[in-house]
Amino acid sequence: MASKDMALNDDYLDYPLRRHGYDHDRYEWSMLSERAPVSWPGGKTLAVWINISLQFYPLNQRGEPFKVPNGMTMPYPDLRHFSLRDYGNRVGIYRVLKALAAHNITPTFAINAQLAEQTPYLVQRLKEHGGEFIAHGWNMDHLHYGGQPIEEEAELVKRSVDTLRRVTGQPVRGWLSPAKHQSFNTLDLLAENGIAYCADWVNDDLPYSCETKTGNLTMMPLATEIEDQFVMSQNLHSEDSWVTQVKDAFDFLLEESREQGGRLFALNLHPWLVGQPHRIACLEEVLAHISGHPDVWQAPAGEILDAFHQAAEQA
Amino acid sequence: MKESLGVYDYWAYDQRPKITWPGGAKVAFWVAPNIEYYELDPPQNPSRKPWPHPHPSVPGYSIRDYGNRVGHQRQMALLDKYGVRGSVSLSVALCEHHPEIIQMCKERDWEFFSHGIYNTRYTYGLSEAQERAMIRDSMETIHRHTGQACAGYLAPALSHSERTLDLFAEVGEELFGDKGGIYTCDLFHDDQPTPVSVRSGKRFISMPYSLEMNDTIVYAVNKVEPRQYATMLKRHFDRLYLEGAESGTVMCIPTHNYQVSCPHRIKAFEEALDYITGHPDVWVATGREIADYYLAHYYDAALDSIQAQAATARREG
Repeated sequence: MASKDMALNDDYLDYPLRRHGYDHDRYEWSMLSERAPVSWPGGKTLAVWINISLQFYPLNQRGEPFKVPNGMTMPYPDLRHFSLRDYGNRVGIYRVLKALAAHNITPTFAINAQLAEQTPYLVQRLKEHGGEFIAHGWNMDHLHYGGQPIEEEAELVKRSVDTLRRVTGQPVRGWLSPAKHQSFNTLDLLAENGIAYCADWVNDDLPYSCETKTGNLTMMPLATEIEDQFVMSQNLHSEDSWVTQVKDAFDFLLEESREQGGRLFALNLHPWLVGQPHRIACLEEVLAHISGHPDVWQAPAGEILDAFHQAAEQA
Repeated sequence: MKESLGVYDYWAYDQRPKITWPGGAKVAFWVAPNIEYYELDPPQNPSRKPWPHPHPSVPGYSIRDYGNRVGHQRQMALLDKYGVRGSVSLSVALCEHHPEIIQMCKERDWEFFSHGIYNTRYTYGLSEAQERAMIRDSMETIHRHTGQACAGYLAPALSHSERTLDLFAEVGEELFGDKGGIYTCDLFHDDQPTPVSVRSGKRFISMPYSLEMNDTIVYAVNKVEPRQYATMLKRHFDRLYLEGAESGTVMCIPTHNYQVSCPHRIKAFEEALDYITGHPDVWVATGREIADYYLAHYYDAALDSIQAQAATARREG
């Protein structure tokens, strides 16, 4: 490889942040098993957050700074992927809503603000169904990323949050970044815009506190590894395997919550994927599996957040 | 660049002196939990990007953080349950960042071996002096925090130079004599320990670590379904156990607390541990214990066998 005269500068072996805790100051180092046990309302042990991500993937994708997973992959105009994603907002979501209603699930809707603005009927139907809206950025081609000018990102966050508040009439306290991608400024910008919790950081099975320039934000980890799109679209596992994986995860966390204290089970779903005719029964099987347990509390993310803070105050 | 690494000779699997592990065991079984630290904003290396996207790469960083915040304890509880002491492949900066994890492993008499400083600092492009300094830092850090003389090496993020094994053996000798720097996990050419020649002539071996059974390779690269991983592990064991009656084999499960300990995957890992440790002729050991035993009982015979095979090949060729 490199010869001696090509060696890296010695500062490649400097480690200025090699210290106790993290190499950043956003949140404190803490092991889940070492924390005081949490109990959810009614003495339940497992809080269940069902998140429905509603997304707009623009046909004229810029891919800045990278092409988002599940976005356009073919030369312009990539009609197949554009319309297949749009399927979720036209057809898939209505199948998903039926399935949720059949199991009395109160979901959390993470919706791209541009989609919410352009589809008032969809927003109205989601409101009638009931559930919490959280911000999901502008669209799936407006990413938040390191190196993005802060003015540009500040405008993007504000436009996304303001638009969603206006069209839903809800306070909009939560945020899920497109592709869960952030810049070093994102968390500060979210807090500045009155966002109370962020779903992007998948490093825990409970909420935890995070510092920003304008006060605390709570991290509400929305698991990636059992997402429908991660298992079926990224890993290319079968629908049946996805069902097994979600059930196994749920069973394990339920058992751990009974033994060690409250846990959060967060399942993210995409109507363009799981709302297909051949997959919807798999979602129904999953929802049936997680329903009806005496130790389970199913609620929108914001209610789980509030219960977590109340439990912390009482502890 | 070399056409071939040149640190071991061809040595056919079907013509070797018989290995018998302690207690007459057929398989020496070890689990190597990688306990790693990936930096949020590491420096760039000209040969390899630490993250696929502009920093901060929140998806990649945060799932690895899940491993340390949540996954480690789950995996440790399972290893306790099945009587396995881990042999930790350690990003040694973990000693500074998360000493609480190190303490838990120490209390269980686990082994620590070097996996570099951070898994986001690569060997590519380092001068010999720089690589030696990095390896020395890693071995000294392990000693300072655990009292252990580091025996094994798995280069950070499996990034190597042509000299990596030489340097590790030399620094180990300088710091700890024949207690340190005795095995490498960086070679995947065999299911038994094999002698590896290093330029200092130190008695040094390759320890089977298995890329094929590595949970990150299985899950993140090959995208295997969780329950299939349990099947793979059991099949892998079955064959090594069968062959181990003829001559002892080594099985390693290299794990990552952010892969194997996820709620949808941990059952598969437990199923494999339960199956493997439920067999009578299994020596559940650490990397160092296997290396020490091999060096004491089979290393010299192995060298003789390798030379004899080479001589036969020359006569017949």
